[in-house]
Amino acid sequence: MTSASLLVQILTGLAGASTLFLTGAGLSLIFGVTRVVNFAHGSLFMVGAYLGWTAGEWLRALLPGSAAGFWLATLLATLGVAALGALLETLILRRIYRAPELFQLLATFAVALVLRDGCLWLWGAEDLLGPRVPGLTGALSVLGVPFPRYDAALIVIGPAVLGLMHLLLTRTHFGVLIRAATQDREMVSALGVIESRLFTSVFAIGAGLAGLAGALQLPREPANLGLDLPAISDAFVVVVIGGLGSLPGAFLAALLISLVKAGCVALGTVELGGYSFAFPRLTLVAEFIVMAIVLVVRPYGLMGRPEGALRGPAASPIRPEPETPRSRALWGLAIAALALLPWIASASPYTTVALVDVFCFALFAMSLFFIMGPGGMHSFGHAAYFGLGAYGAAIVLKATGWSMMWGLLIGPLAGFVGALIFGWFSVRLSGVYLAMLTLAFGQIVWSIIYQWDAVTGGSNGLTGLWPAGWLSTRYPGVTPNAAYYLLTLACVGSAVLVLRRVLDAPFGLAVRAGRDSPLRAESIGINVHRIQWMAFCVAGTAAGLAGVLYAFSKGSIAPDLVHVGRSIDGLVMVLLGGVESLAGPLIGAAAFTLLQDSAGRSFDYWRAATGAAMLVVVLAFPQGLAGLARSIRGRAKA
Amino acid sequence: MTRPATGLASGPVPLLSVRGLARAFGGVQAVRGVDFDIGAGELLALIGPNGAGKSTCFNMINGQLRPDRGSIQLARPEGPRELVGLAPRTVWRLGVGRTFQIAAVFGSMSVIENVQMALLSHARELLAFWRPARARHRSRALELLAAVGLADQAEHPVATLAYGQVKALELAVALAHGPRLLLMDEPTAGMAPAERGALMALTRQLVTERGVSVLFTEHSMDVVFAFADRVIVLARGELIAQGSVAEVREDVRVREAYFGSGRLHGAPVNTERAA
Repeated sequence: MTSASLLVQILTGLAGASTLFLTGAGLSLIFGVTRVVNFAHGSLFMVGAYLGWTAGEWLRALLPGSAAGFWLATLLATLGVAALGALLETLILRRIYRAPELFQLLATFAVALVLRDGCLWLWGAEDLLGPRVPGLTGALSVLGVPFPRYDAALIVIGPAVLGLMHLLLTRTHFGVLIRAATQDREMVSALGVIESRLFTSVFAIGAGLAGLAGALQLPREPANLGLDLPAISDAFVVVVIGGLGSLPGAFLAALLISLVKAGCVALGTVELGGYSFAFPRLTLVAEFIVMAIVLVVRPYGLMGRPEGALRGPAASPIRPEPETPRSRALWGLAIAALALLPWIASASPYTTVALVDVFCFALFAMSLFFIMGPGGMHSFGHAAYFGLGAYGAAIVLKATGWSMMWGLLIGPLAGFVGALIFGWFSVRLSGVYLAMLTLAFGQIVWSIIYQWDAVTGGSNGLTGLWPAGWLSTRYPGVTPNAAYYLLTLACVGSAVLVLRRVLDAPFGLAVRAGRDSPLRAESIGINVHRIQWMAFCVAGTAAGLAGVLYAFSKGSIAPDLVHVGRSIDGLVMVLLGGVESLAGPLIGAAAFTLLQDSAGRSFDYWRAATGAAMLVVVLAFPQGLAGLARSIRGRAKA
Repeated sequence: MTRPATGLASGPVPLLSVRGLARAFGGVQAVRGVDFDIGAGELLALIGPNGAGKSTCFNMINGQLRPDRGSIQLARPEGPRELVGLAPRTVWRLGVGRTFQIAAVFGSMSVIENVQMALLSHARELLAFWRPARARHRSRALELLAAVGLADQAEHPVATLAYGQVKALELAVALAHGPRLLLMDEPTAGMAPAERGALMALTRQLVTERGVSVLFTEHSMDVVFAFADRVIVLARGELIAQGSVAEVREDVRVREAYFGSGRLHGAPVNTERAA
């Protein structure tokens, strides 16, 4: 590699840093003031790209060939997304500032689903190719190596926006209020500042920044419906590495990530002692590796501080309902009815096929609930354990030719080992930082599976995973997959019962103690980190079992099993069902899986429908579906 | 009139000996070389104006904060044990209980589960995964709750208790493992005056019955004067006086520390202003 091409790599890195910073800056600002982790931030980015495209088309007709058209369109997109942000804040977020963190996440995620389908409805599913910016087309020559002019412009724009934001925050009255609210919003409110107006404007500015980032990305990447997830994941990473609420931190983080990526590309494939390692492959996970390292060394990010003061009543602590003879009878009845289903439903074979999916995800959701509800640890990378279970068993069984029944041991073991490693790091953090570290681990697992062609089959995945012979035999009088269905029911049913018992046992009580008051727990001799670590391991084991059952029901697996989208599905299942009761994750998983299954086939806008349903749940029934059922029961009794 | 301010107990072998304890935060020397002893069965009050270093001392004994210098020795049957460098949970296992200025309890649990949690931890049964926790150590937990007057609330969620009851629950939790020393950080903070006396009378009765020593910080002087066996006074990180309630009350340096002047012409020390 010549020094010229190295320089170009660095310049490319700097351009990437600008984009990353702009994507994350708004998220950081919004979090700092409102303490809401805005999952819809990536969607605002995507809307910015689409609005930029529409405004660009429109202005190009008015001002043909002029660069002003592009910049004006970018400005319009920024303002449009800012207005959308203000609207979202007023309509939805304002109602849930006092709700538990999890409900806020669920609500913003629902908004993300609605926005995605909104874009589908308005702009269609086709990729929309962005304009070339007049005056910034083609490439500069850097020591003889070409470098896109537009990237050169981006290198300037990022720091310029940082500078403007810095001036806004330090030189204006409004900026002082924002900084004060970041430190202690209740104090600011007590001093007579109208909180709602401040929050709305901060949300609008943050959303506007996301829109700006989206519109600016247009000349490099077409507007498409897949922009939101990568953008939100980039934004989270930048904000968490930089420290929540710190804009200079976000810039530093963006710079660090981009330069590490550029470095990986520059290194190329390195031969070392007979092994060759392709560093460019690391670019897919570079940001997550950087994040994991930073969080382990500096738990609050590069320039973050422990969260500011939060007074007033804390969110109501979650208390799982104790078991009663009646609830035990209900559980027994439900399991018995499910066990008879292959005979009852022998005429409609699809029923038991769909229910195998439901069972696998029910166990997946239950294992996530285990650390999220009683443990208070919000894992955003739970699909890692599901995927480790599936891939671990599949790889071992393919290599050895053992029967599938061994998979039922190997899968959970793989999930356990993953949780043992990742959990050790994760329990040292809490809140959003813990969530982001688990996300990072999830992405690392995903990228290893995605890239390690020789072992995992890469993007094609692994096929030909057959259950043991007697499990795939068709028996007369029952649905075709009856044997596998019953095996899944038995495994999932007993795993759920075990998790339930563990929660009622002293260990489960200790897990709740660590969540309720770590201070008190430590001062009655409880090693909180160790208890949480073990809870992680229990959850990882259960998720691994769910993964292996799922893999062999499908016959093939692909890396999307481990993708962040799957982890988010898990969160939605748990939140939809409600975190206050053990039945919650099961009901949530069933509702989500069946909805996705049936609505996804027949209705183009099923995401929006799911999102709208979730918003109704959050705004009207903050205890989830299980809580809703309970309050109806309560009312019926009264 | 008062002995030199060394804070050493008069009893035979002290339960806890603190020597040369010091801690700085940045450039601020919060505690600068403090010596004192706590005798067996003694109720020792640690008082001083705001910023005197009381909470810092407390957190160092408890293990939450590591001292820069000094030693903290707990008398044990097998010989003295150094507490410096131990984690709070290890200090607790050696028989030192603690209550907090803002009561810390497990908010999602029932009253009795809070006590059971401490009993389970003491019995080292936290890693039991199968048999329900509900049935374990129930009678012992009920005894403790009865002792603090919460037997009727045993099954109530903690969230439904009045603040005074939460304080009483915290006391039951702190006594669950039969500690030999109890650290109480402002036990009556945030309570109504009538409740204060009741809680301290209860504390006094329980620790006397059980032979537990108590070290407590307190801003309310009527509580200190009514319940402490002995008082040590911190100001600007140094021990400036110690002795019986009467001795400390008359000490000129103590008055200076609180009011900036030693001349009060025999007026009673105004307790609330001191807080």
